[in-house]
Amino acid sequence: MNTPFVGDLVPDSKTGEAFTLGPLVTGPPCCEPVPKIRVESLSLSYGQNEVLRNISLDIYGGCITALIGPSGCGKTSLLSSINRLTDLVPGCQVQGRILREGGDIHAPGVDVHALRRDVGMIFQRPNPFPLSIRRNLALPLREHGLRNAREIDDRIERSLKDVGLWDEISDRLDAPAQALSGGQQQRLCIARALVLEPSVLLMDEPCSALDPISSAVVEDLVESLRGRYTVVIVTHNLAQARRIANYAAFFWVKDRAGTLVEFDHCKRLFESPRDERTAAYVSGARG
Amino acid sequence: MVKTLSPNVRDRRLLWTLSLSAATAAGLLLLILIFLAKEAWPVLSTVGVTSFVMDSSWHPLEGTFGLTPMLAASVAMSALAILIAAPLGVALALFCRFYAMGPVARLFRWAVVLLAGIPSVVLGLWGLTTLVPLINDLRAPGTSLLAGSVVLALMILPTIALTTEAALTSVSQSYWTGASALGLSREAIILAVALPTARNSIAAGVLLASARALGETMAVLMVSGNVVQLPSSLFDPVRTLTANIALEMAYATGTHRASLFVSGLALTLLVLALAAAARRSGGQVVHA
Amino acid sequence: MPDAVLYPGSARAGSTPTFFWRNLALQSFVWLASLLIIGVFLWLLGDILWRGASRVDWEFLISVPKSAGRSGGIAPIIVSTVLILVVAIAVAFPLGLATAALLSEYARQGGAKVRGVGLSLDVLAGVPSIVFGLFGNAFFCVWMGLGFSILSGGLTLACMILPIVIRTAESGLRMVPDEWRLGAAALGVSRSTTIVRILIPAAAPALVAGLMLGIGRAMAETAALIFTSGYVDRMPRSVFDSGRAISVHIYDLTMNVAGGDPNAYGSALVLIALLIVINSAALWLANRALDRKPSRS
Repeated sequence: MNTPFVGDLVPDSKTGEAFTLGPLVTGPPCCEPVPKIRVESLSLSYGQNEVLRNISLDIYGGCITALIGPSGCGKTSLLSSINRLTDLVPGCQVQGRILREGGDIHAPGVDVHALRRDVGMIFQRPNPFPLSIRRNLALPLREHGLRNAREIDDRIERSLKDVGLWDEISDRLDAPAQALSGGQQQRLCIARALVLEPSVLLMDEPCSALDPISSAVVEDLVESLRGRYTVVIVTHNLAQARRIANYAAFFWVKDRAGTLVEFDHCKRLFESPRDERTAAYVSGARG
Repeated sequence: MVKTLSPNVRDRRLLWTLSLSAATAAGLLLLILIFLAKEAWPVLSTVGVTSFVMDSSWHPLEGTFGLTPMLAASVAMSALAILIAAPLGVALALFCRFYAMGPVARLFRWAVVLLAGIPSVVLGLWGLTTLVPLINDLRAPGTSLLAGSVVLALMILPTIALTTEAALTSVSQSYWTGASALGLSREAIILAVALPTARNSIAAGVLLASARALGETMAVLMVSGNVVQLPSSLFDPVRTLTANIALEMAYATGTHRASLFVSGLALTLLVLALAAAARRSGGQVVHA
Repeated sequence: MPDAVLYPGSARAGSTPTFFWRNLALQSFVWLASLLIIGVFLWLLGDILWRGASRVDWEFLISVPKSAGRSGGIAPIIVSTVLILVVAIAVAFPLGLATAALLSEYARQGGAKVRGVGLSLDVLAGVPSIVFGLFGNAFFCVWMGLGFSILSGGLTLACMILPIVIRTAESGLRMVPDEWRLGAAALGVSRSTTIVRILIPAAAPALVAGLMLGIGRAMAETAALIFTSGYVDRMPRSVFDSGRAISVHIYDLTMNVAGGDPNAYGSALVLIALLIVINSAALWLANRALDRKPSRS
């Protein structure tokens, strides 16, 4: 599992899509099979309710890792423990370690704000703030200490180009973000995460609340992020996982707690799963 | 802009500010009680609680501190006001809920909300110039326990009507359809289903209204004559605890002033006890 | 519905004679009571409109009261009222908003403490206004040495409206959907920025609506003011002067000035008109607050 498996690494940077992508600016050149984040025997519970049990997996830099499995098996909880959003949930306890750049993110003294700046997150439902488009993007920048108005404008423009929104909305940056369509809102949310130049993006079913066309656009966008960002994506859409992911992790509920059944190269997990539950799930027989 | 603080420092500062505000807001109640007690203490420590209850008359300058006549007037007036307002308020709520057509119900509801918003001093003005002369025609002097009760009833009626209607609305729609399906008449549904189900909330609304009635000052002061006496008939002029404070506070000093604070303290405890009872009976509070 | 059992054979309830009379009695009572209430209400409103309208004109609003208020206008009264309200709002709103933010955003962490704050606010809301007057007199006028002044009156009213301002602001903030809180947290945005830059603007209509309710409450208040801000009907020169609020003016004209009724009705009409405007604005804003949710696609 640790050996590079270059066969399924699709070259990035698509052009000529329904939306335009800016030139690559940040991030490593391509998917590197080097663990960026290492989850070590992670267990998570809400009060008495155990949600995840003993999860260990490596997330490779610059790659797209898909988390798949039936509802309620803790995929979203795993995702939000990577940027410690679980801190906000009362009664949530985390055991085990999540190593990032060598250190445990749960260690005392870790700056949560800095962690979340470097690990962006996209939610299932687009959640642009009730502010203008520009303020949506400027707010996190200012929050993290950027004061130079010109630089802020530059970063906003760059990230909007990266998500292919620039041509659509550059003339109405001061319009309320809530007036955008659902797909545009979701891309704005991705731009809002990208504007902070994170290295990791966590995506919680980013396409499931969108119509099919917007969904395809966002999917293309996610795919274009490969190589520049480390992406972890939760999705219920197996075809989508198959299309875009380099690695896939399959979760299943066992004894009322989510467990990791199989983690492999996406292609291998779908085409020659080692576990029969995986096989049943990916073939559509169960789950 | 000043040098950027780290988010953690900013968060800590904000939490401090918010906590300080909340502590101030919560401490206000304590401060009020402490100041009432502090101002009342000179007379409580020398005269004692008993004379406020036992003395037959209120002449604080001559050393008699009987609050009983005014307490009796307050209670009698509030009770009478409830007696008038409760059936009318519940009837109005039933009307809006079960009898009136949409626009008519809306009009009545609008009127109730507007009535709730009329300041007590305006009700007092109206009571004194319109109601009191009418009562005076029946029996002089007109400014009386009855006038006070009627004006108070007008004041608290919206509270009762609005809480009752809220309670009736929250009575499940399925009861209504179920009862209709049984072929029950509208009146049978009201008596057998709607009112019994909403009973607790209505009781809470009435308790809340009586707390308001006891605490009301201006309207009562303006129409009830302000003679310190135990009322023997509806047409007797009386003085309530609240009116007494408002009338005498302007010039009271020393023991007299302190004894007014005693009556304020007594009033507060009485009103809070009623509010606590209303809370216990579990009604939802409608801010009107 | 256990009580329905008490009425056996109620399927034919409408037709039996006993039920017929009972139903008729209830029906007539409901109708009569409602008509009575609406009648009295219209009478009251008509009286105020009729007797007030004959007094109120532009001149009434901009001239000073003459011969103890019997004639002349209410200009200084309006100025004092506004000043008292400004003082009350300037204190109650920031304090109320901060407390509301603590109650809604940090409620989980406080537990018992936060519940304690809530309980004490509910108790405070039940304290009669005359008692606020006593407290204001003892605390602001005497203990703090502010005397009978607009400042004392405004501060007393601030204490009185604090619970309603806090409760409406709290529910306004709680209505802001969690996804914005999560979204901000996921961007590493601090809690303080989230509250100040996102949640408060998002809840603004509800916050202002609560503020308006507080203003309405304060403006209608008399008992808390008669011995805190006082009776002086001159034009106030500063907030340290005594000033007569419009409700106190109505009270004084009615009770202490023979022949003051016409101008009392004029002032009452002005007061009620202002209250209706403020309450409608509050209602409109509150409804707008309900509309403001993240759009769904």
